[in-house]
Amino acid sequence: MDNEYIISLVDQGKRLDGRKFDQHREISVEINISKNSEGSARCKIGDTEVLVGVKMDVGTPYPDSPDEGSIVVTTELSPIASPDFELGPPGVDAVEIARIVDRGIRESKAVDFKKLCIIPGEKCWIFFIDIYSINDDGNLIDASALGTLAALKNTRFAKLENDKVVFGDFTDKKVELEKTPVTFTFVKIKSGILLDPHTREEKAAEARLSVAVHNGKIYAMQKGGDKGFTESEIEVMLDLAIKKEKDLKKIIEKAK
Amino acid sequence: MVYSKREDGRKFDELREISAKVGVIKRADGSAMFQIGDTIAIAAAYGPRELHPKFLQNPERAVLRCNYDMASFSVTERKKPGPSRRSVEISLVTEKALASVIDLELFPNTVIDVFIQIIQANAGTRCAGISAAAMALAHAGIPMRDMVAAVSVGKVGDKIVIDLDKHEEDFEEGATDIPVALTARNKEITLLQLDGEVTKDELMQAIKLARKGCEEIHNVQTQALKEVYREDKDG
Repeated sequence: MDNEYIISLVDQGKRLDGRKFDQHREISVEINISKNSEGSARCKIGDTEVLVGVKMDVGTPYPDSPDEGSIVVTTELSPIASPDFELGPPGVDAVEIARIVDRGIRESKAVDFKKLCIIPGEKCWIFFIDIYSINDDGNLIDASALGTLAALKNTRFAKLENDKVVFGDFTDKKVELEKTPVTFTFVKIKSGILLDPHTREEKAAEARLSVAVHNGKIYAMQKGGDKGFTESEIEVMLDLAIKKEKDLKKIIEKAK
Repeated sequence: MVYSKREDGRKFDELREISAKVGVIKRADGSAMFQIGDTIAIAAAYGPRELHPKFLQNPERAVLRCNYDMASFSVTERKKPGPSRRSVEISLVTEKALASVIDLELFPNTVIDVFIQIIQANAGTRCAGISAAAMALAHAGIPMRDMVAAVSVGKVGDKIVIDLDKHEEDFEEGATDIPVALTARNKEITLLQLDGEVTKDELMQAIKLARKGCEEIHNVQTQALKEVYREDKDG
């Protein structure tokens, strides 16, 4: 079994592609990859690739937050990306990725929803953030989160006329990001904690943790996998995420 | 009714700028990107692989299954993710455009899957998808008798034109859109749809134009396929 091979490698302190346990694959982010969107980005982590697009529309604020707009995040795990994915409505894995990305943005208040209000109680901006997997080579979560951040950071507002969107017309007004929380996903294989898992490592993993950090603080987390982590393992992952936060920020800053 | 000049300065028989790249999706058995003007399609081919459920299997040949999908953000007004009546129909005609060149009889009981994703749209997306898909199939090493290229032709105002852009498709005084796919060697027409109003002569003239355009696209496809093997050799 492949899993046994991966485990035996981890026992020797090794990974499939020769990386250290706490090392990312090469990450690249490209922005404005689709002209008709208000914002878009392509994020590659190793051979993993996702496309993220932001589209805007005008909606009605929720009754409990009449002065706020909102975001809707959707993930398509398209069968274009992997022989393991199938056609059909988003399955539980796709929904989980969308929820993790959503929480990273929402709970950190990376986008100030109050600034998306147009007329309190009546009209507000809604951002549709759609994530498409293009190639799955593991860690779609971080690629999706990073791609979303890069797309949002380079999103211009759509043009409004009589409180309706003029589709295809854009303003110069950029979306302001209050924070830029970056997400790190780890898996546990035996006693090893591995950052940025490859697909085969994901399959062999006992547990998974995703952490979104900004300025050394933690804004969203998600634990996956059938088994658990010890407290000290969690601490190791948090320390590493906080330590590496700057590296990912730089990639987003430099994205062209 | 007079259409005297194309907004982007092209001649009536001139394609938008084309580029193609093969091997853009590593997990796939074959993959390709095809761009024409502002329309970008990517395609992946998987297979021949096992087909489930079993009753869909054909003991005489492989089943070719195509799926065309537009990214929600590829158009100006967000398209709800997932299939629509339009995408289901385009998936079907894409299958019909490609099936005749593939040696499906070699792989009974299996399926060859082709997934097409439009990531930026400015008219001609089904044709771009077919041109990308044909390259993806070739890249996957699936035995093919011929190559397929596709382009849309049509009538804008009073002129027969090739490769209509969105602006031309929406031409106020009427536009006829005719997507055409052609096999490279045998010049067989494997996709033909029409939406509008033309005379027989105009249609034949448009098909001639498509033939010329498809030849140009075919050259770009061949070049892109050669390129990927050159890279493989060096790497």
